[in-house]
Amino acid sequence: MDNGLHLKAVEICRGGQPLLQIDAQVAPGEILTVMGPSGSGKSTLLSFLTGHLAPAFAATGQVVLDGSDVTAQPPEHRKIGILFQDDLLFPHLSVGANLAFGLRGGTKSERQKTIETALSDVGLKGFETRDPATLSGGQKARVALMRVLLSDPKALLLDEAFSGLDTDRRAQIRDLTFDHARKKNLPVVMVTHDIDDAKAAGGRVIQLGP
Amino acid sequence: MTDRAVRRPASAARSFWGALPLLTLIIMIGPVLAGLLGTVLPAFGYLPAAGLGAFSITPFTDLFAWNGIWAATRLSVITGFAATFLSLAIVTLLMAGWSGTRAFRWLETLLSPLLSVPHAATAFGIAFLIAPSGWIARMISPWLTGWERPPDVLITQDPLGIALTLGLVTKEVPFLLLMALAAKGQSASTQRMRVAQSLGYGRVSGWLKSVFPVIYAQIRLPVLVVLAYSMSVVDVAMILGPTTPPPLSVQVVKWMSDPDLSKRLIASAAALWQLALVIAALGVWWIGERITARLGLAWVERGTRNLHLDKTTRPLGIILGTLSALSVLLGLLCLGVWSVAGFWGYPDALPQSLTPKNWARHWPDISDSLITTLLIAALSVAVAVTLVIACLEAEHRTGRSLSQKALWLIYAPLLIPQIAFLPGVQTGLLMTGATSGLWPVTLMHVVFVLPYVFLSLTDPWRNWDPRIDTIARSLGTSPTRVLFTLRLPMLLRPILTAAAVGFAVSVGQYLPTLLAGGGRVATLTTEAVALSSGGDRRAIGAFGVMQTLAVIAPFAIATLLPYWMWRNRKGLHG
Repeated sequence: MDNGLHLKAVEICRGGQPLLQIDAQVAPGEILTVMGPSGSGKSTLLSFLTGHLAPAFAATGQVVLDGSDVTAQPPEHRKIGILFQDDLLFPHLSVGANLAFGLRGGTKSERQKTIETALSDVGLKGFETRDPATLSGGQKARVALMRVLLSDPKALLLDEAFSGLDTDRRAQIRDLTFDHARKKNLPVVMVTHDIDDAKAAGGRVIQLGP
Repeated sequence: MTDRAVRRPASAARSFWGALPLLTLIIMIGPVLAGLLGTVLPAFGYLPAAGLGAFSITPFTDLFAWNGIWAATRLSVITGFAATFLSLAIVTLLMAGWSGTRAFRWLETLLSPLLSVPHAATAFGIAFLIAPSGWIARMISPWLTGWERPPDVLITQDPLGIALTLGLVTKEVPFLLLMALAAKGQSASTQRMRVAQSLGYGRVSGWLKSVFPVIYAQIRLPVLVVLAYSMSVVDVAMILGPTTPPPLSVQVVKWMSDPDLSKRLIASAAALWQLALVIAALGVWWIGERITARLGLAWVERGTRNLHLDKTTRPLGIILGTLSALSVLLGLLCLGVWSVAGFWGYPDALPQSLTPKNWARHWPDISDSLITTLLIAALSVAVAVTLVIACLEAEHRTGRSLSQKALWLIYAPLLIPQIAFLPGVQTGLLMTGATSGLWPVTLMHVVFVLPYVFLSLTDPWRNWDPRIDTIARSLGTSPTRVLFTLRLPMLLRPILTAAAVGFAVSVGQYLPTLLAGGGRVATLTTEAVALSSGGDRRAIGAFGVMQTLAVIAPFAIATLLPYWMWRNRKGLHG
């Protein structure tokens, strides 16, 4: 029962004032939804999980991933991937290079093959050399999703990841993301203010704040 | 042991990054403090290098016994206040009356590149324009004036320092304008103006009452820099200022370059006197700010709409702003024409022929000093950019940002007059037996290049989206790889711009090159200024043109290189 993401008695304070408390276990393939009004510390929780908590905050508790405590690990060793509202593709790199940036290991031809497959998986076959700025919002979101998945994370965080998309794209990208996360058996923590996201996830919902 | 505060980076790495800002500060402030010490000691009679080891106040009694002291002091103070006040007034009128208009944008484009042109080149250009034998006199002679030969009046180098003041104003207007424009971005000025105008205020009164206070608060340090600089400038004063007596700072340089080493005592005393004057002037300006703030507040509280202000001040602002820009541009053009002029008799408006001969004759000197100029600039900019990036990266990694106090320290080398501590640097080099030359000059350039590189790069650096870092790190990338493969390439354009700014600062330095170089390091600027007494306009023109090219070229590279490198990356062309 050690697999998955375990938030053990996590408490985050700001300037000595408690901001949020959470204790939760997210099993592989499960999607935990965290909701709450702005200011309730949803995104702060995710920065704590990735290891980017701003100096103004202090946190206690542990983050345990697949049985090992990663609380003290620097962000790059945690293997916790994150997607934001904006795609945040690196603007100076091609689509292919963006994917290669996160991809671990492999020979040159293996890496090329993996990137090619990943792109055709999300209907972007042959997009390797494209400038990310020339892609549509939905296309960018799909590249961003593939970039994080290729880095072979052990958990996935979604920080309002679908709020930037228009209604049509939104459900489509959401389903795509959930499908891939489940296929890879990833524990997912999703922060959102949209009840539709929570319904689509179909898992537990934790309400933060008053 | 389960509950632990979240960890910051390992302590060894943290102390390395934590120490970087301190190291940078030492490199920047160290020479200033050492130089001040090297000025204070001789000012009180202590100069072992000249066999003088007894402390006394004789240097000061000698200084105040010099019959030019009060005229020199008056020149320094009046020039400083007049140039600062006029520059600030022109910038304020321009922004109040015209910001957001097409004319303003046009003038902004015209003024921005002028910021980088070295002071000496600008001053020569102005001199070539307004002298009795200058371009303006030639344009209107003899048909208007009847002059067949240059009239015998002192227009440049006038005893009141009017030409000097005007020369400074034309150079400080672009500086303050760009500083104010940078501040405007954070002042919500458009919204403030919309509110003010909807309440029935005019453009100028609305701007002065609702936007000016925010902007002034942000350009305050640059304004103080302009004041300190204008009071103690040497190169512009040697070109446009009076000679009998010269402004105080020029007299210090004269005493410093006297072969009689004991003259350094009076030079050091005068340098300290100059420092005292600047400190006093900064204090007076500070009081003036308080009074203006109080009067301004009363004016705001009266609620007068002052619509009539627009009619008078708007034309005034645009005329003065345009005149300021035109005088620099025409001056540079005039330098260019003189550099290729064949025979050019008075009062002809243009030379009879154009010739490359002047360039050919002076090319050996020009190319030698060009190489030295580029070498010093490249080295000092490389050091400064590296240190600034290291400091900003340290700020990012340690999560501690720069305090307001530290900002004053960054401005310190710009607020303390060069003439107050550079003589001490030279004396110090002499005392320790270190050879003055290229290395001390480069180090001194770093002192002045660093603040400008820092000011230029800080905002773009801090505005970089931190979520890029979060994403990259969560993909398994080390902080160092994030820096080199993401942040630096994405910030290529602002980094190159900051480097170009630093380059221009280095190319324009006169006093640090002269004093830390012991007079043996010849750059374009020192050579050009040295030519000023001889009056060979063709040589001055060629050196001035070369100076201008040496600062324009890096800006061109900073614009074109990112454009070319990221030609297939639309996301990087904001």
